[in-house]
Amino acid sequence: MQPKVVTLNVNGRQHYVALMPNVTLLHALRDLGYTDVKSGCEKGDCGACAVLLNGAPVNSCLVLAWQADGAEIVTNVGLGTMDRPHVIQEAFADAGAAQCGYCTPGMVISAKALLDRCPHPTEAEIREAIAGNLCRCTGYGQIIEAVQLAAERMSEGSGE
Amino acid sequence: MKYTAKPLPKVELPELRQVGKPLRRVDALGKTTGTTVYSGDFTMPNMLHAKVFRSREPSARIKRLDVSRARALPGVVCVLTAADLPDARLVTDMPGQTGQKRRAGSDAPVLASDVVRFAGEPIALIAAETLAVAEQALDLVEIEYEPLPGVFDPLAALQPGAPVVHEPDNVVARWKIRKGDVKAGFAVADVVVENTFRVPFIDHAYIEPESGVAWMDGQDVINIRVCTQVVEHFRSIARAVGVPHNKIHIQGTLLGGGFGGKEDITVEIFLALLAKHTRRPVRLEYTREESILAHSKRHPFIITHRTGVKRNGRITAAEIKMVSDSGAYLYLSPYVLLYATIAASGPYRVDHLKVDSVSAATNNPFTSAFRGFGAAQAAVAYEQQMDEIAKVLGLDPLEVRCVNYLKTGDRNATGQEIKSAVWLEEAATRALEALGEKTPAPSDAVKIGQGFASYLQSYGRITWFHDTSRAWVGLELDGSVVIRCGVPDLGAGQINSLCQIAAEVLGVGLDDVTIYSTDSALTPLAGTTTATRQLYMSGNAVFHAAGAVRESLLERASKHFEEPPDGLDLAEGRVFVKDDPEQSLPLSELAAMCAAGGLPLANLYLFKAPFTSTLDPEGLQGDVFPDFTFGAHAVEVAVDTETGEITLLKSVGCHDVGRAINPAAVVGQIQGGSAQGLGYALMEEVIVEEGIIRTPSLAEYLIPTAMDLPVTQAIILESGSGVGPFGAKGIGEPSLTPAAPAVANAVADALGVRIPDLPLTPDKVLAALDRAAGREAVGAAACETDDDGSEA
Repeated sequence: MQPKVVTLNVNGRQHYVALMPNVTLLHALRDLGYTDVKSGCEKGDCGACAVLLNGAPVNSCLVLAWQADGAEIVTNVGLGTMDRPHVIQEAFADAGAAQCGYCTPGMVISAKALLDRCPHPTEAEIREAIAGNLCRCTGYGQIIEAVQLAAERMSEGSGE
Repeated sequence: MKYTAKPLPKVELPELRQVGKPLRRVDALGKTTGTTVYSGDFTMPNMLHAKVFRSREPSARIKRLDVSRARALPGVVCVLTAADLPDARLVTDMPGQTGQKRRAGSDAPVLASDVVRFAGEPIALIAAETLAVAEQALDLVEIEYEPLPGVFDPLAALQPGAPVVHEPDNVVARWKIRKGDVKAGFAVADVVVENTFRVPFIDHAYIEPESGVAWMDGQDVINIRVCTQVVEHFRSIARAVGVPHNKIHIQGTLLGGGFGGKEDITVEIFLALLAKHTRRPVRLEYTREESILAHSKRHPFIITHRTGVKRNGRITAAEIKMVSDSGAYLYLSPYVLLYATIAASGPYRVDHLKVDSVSAATNNPFTSAFRGFGAAQAAVAYEQQMDEIAKVLGLDPLEVRCVNYLKTGDRNATGQEIKSAVWLEEAATRALEALGEKTPAPSDAVKIGQGFASYLQSYGRITWFHDTSRAWVGLELDGSVVIRCGVPDLGAGQINSLCQIAAEVLGVGLDDVTIYSTDSALTPLAGTTTATRQLYMSGNAVFHAAGAVRESLLERASKHFEEPPDGLDLAEGRVFVKDDPEQSLPLSELAAMCAAGGLPLANLYLFKAPFTSTLDPEGLQGDVFPDFTFGAHAVEVAVDTETGEITLLKSVGCHDVGRAINPAAVVGQIQGGSAQGLGYALMEEVIVEEGIIRTPSLAEYLIPTAMDLPVTQAIILESGSGVGPFGAKGIGEPSLTPAAPAVANAVADALGVRIPDLPLTPDKVLAALDRAAGREAVGAAACETDDDGSEA
């Protein structure tokens, strides 16, 4: 195996990194300091490592970093910050959707992907969108509320 | 049947400014924006990466262990085996407490030396320059085992001649309750109902696997940054590593879930040893598979109830037997068994009671704390038994419970008087009312069932452990507030509750409070985040510490305004005269006046739970807990009789939480705790075959997804009668406890037959239906009794 220099465009910032072919996107991102991408199982079972890859939600543990060469990658911190939180991040905080918070960055990413393609989701659509994100704390109720709250606020914000 | 909520006793709780409000938690935005840093996110310069070499055999002698090839691999810095650590043991203390006695010899060694007793037992530690090299070194450890006979069933382990896991026998704990005259109680029974129920191994399955980083500093202190429920483990770690207590410093992080699984020591001793031997920072993070292999499981129990009842359902006597599987090492098994024993007869008045419980060592994965701590297993049995009693007597399940429910002033199984409100009927009727009429079945193949369960669950630790918590609260000169408290926050909102309490007492906003927590050296020790104790213990410590600061402030303000202190109040960052709020000062000015006068602006408070003595083991009669939470959970299920699939249609939890410090967080506890209980009922099982875990990942060990559960409707009752701050009771564990038996009762209602073993998987549903079709008696065995109580 030989390393290759790949370009990872993460949250609008370009990183050139030499990586072996077996390095997952999860590990590449965490090694670059994107620790908001959480490791929970490394097998695609839990969704804690979800990121947007060219706009689509993926489990970064199931993507090799080489496969993400040149792609646009968005992690949870790419959506907003404590000072300027994204409306979904704010809604998750307001609805009490984060208990331990370990699944939250991945949940927010799944919610973002859902609301991008479906601004007024039904409860069933929300459940389906987060079905790949395990949460052990909440029973999902306040997470579903948070996505609904975000959808409402986004449509208010867009003047609908 | 239609149920109507029983009216609540009139309670007037004072309207408060911060407490009782569903405020956004202080830790919320950090978590949702990915800003919060967890233990696995920390790195250090010049850091090594660790791996643990573990046994693949459940019971074997280590014939040969050779780590020389692993040591020789370039990049490997340190390999440790038991030979490097003379007699290092992982003693699970009840940290910082007194009054406990342990059975000698059954604690786990830090690393196995001659014998391994479960598959997954640690044997060697490796530290290397990279994770890849550490992983490669694992494959170079050479080991030869000589298999030893193992024992994998707790009942088999108790038989004469069974392989002995720890000398002298496999009985690691035994408890008994003797109350009243059981023989006389059975003699006056009209009917005796006997059933046996079983619950499986389950896994905590927190999404954050165990991890940590350790390094030694210039004072030779071993610092460990780790996700733990118990920073006081520093003492046990020091003992295992062979350094003084003051040379271990735990810097706990916010946890990515705990649920009891991070109550025992996980990575800490391994990290400390490697940091000490290498003098370099070391990081260790378990994979999911290693996490499932390495941490405790919830105890499987086999519970038999024999209950004597009158025709109206009144219990005249109960005889309960419990066997739990302790696995290969002791950990908290004796105390889990004690909780189960005390909860065995449920929230019912049983004057004549006999409970015999035993925990058996096996070569299975070790078992220890899990939210509910034995009381949850007990509830699965006693609440199914109540429904079976109702069935035998032809009574409504609520009616049978109502004639037996404990009331304030009654005594529980150990004879402890219940002093707080007991709103059992109020909770059960509300949960059932909210459930409403049965949903019509969509087809003949689908059966709809409803069921509920009541419970009692202690909050706060066993009072003979002499539990304490400390908190420091101070006002800064700008009027902002600081809390220092060693509390670990598992995600349930422990630190936020403390902030809301301090904000209430000191009249500031939640944003004005900052808490420093979870540090064994720098924050006052607050005890474990276990046993639903932190709101009660640390909540009271913060309440009193803040109260002392408030008193000092009001005394100084009293001089300024020439008003008595009780004529003044603190709110919105100001002190003011109650009768004339225009007369006011910002807290910053009041703080400056206090500072100028040398008056204290901070207080360190030590809160003590009631201290009691250990009880006579021959009958276990006396006080054991500070108080109890009561409530109920009700569910509706649809059971497909063709596929065996069970779908949850409705779920309602109703609990008297005393006082909800943050109602949104309480809803989160009720919904999240019940989700774990619903998973316990329907899908969760760590399958262990001959000591080997067959469900080693989250693809095999299934927990509920968003597709599996309805949102639990949370009904919060507030009696104001708890021993926590503002009359709060605990809700962390109680939220889980009644959910699983409620499901079991709903499924039995749907099918007309009971499946006495959790989880209620489709194959068991179909098997139960087959047995019922063959007219084979399942579960319940009821018989009329003669006047002398002997079975006819």
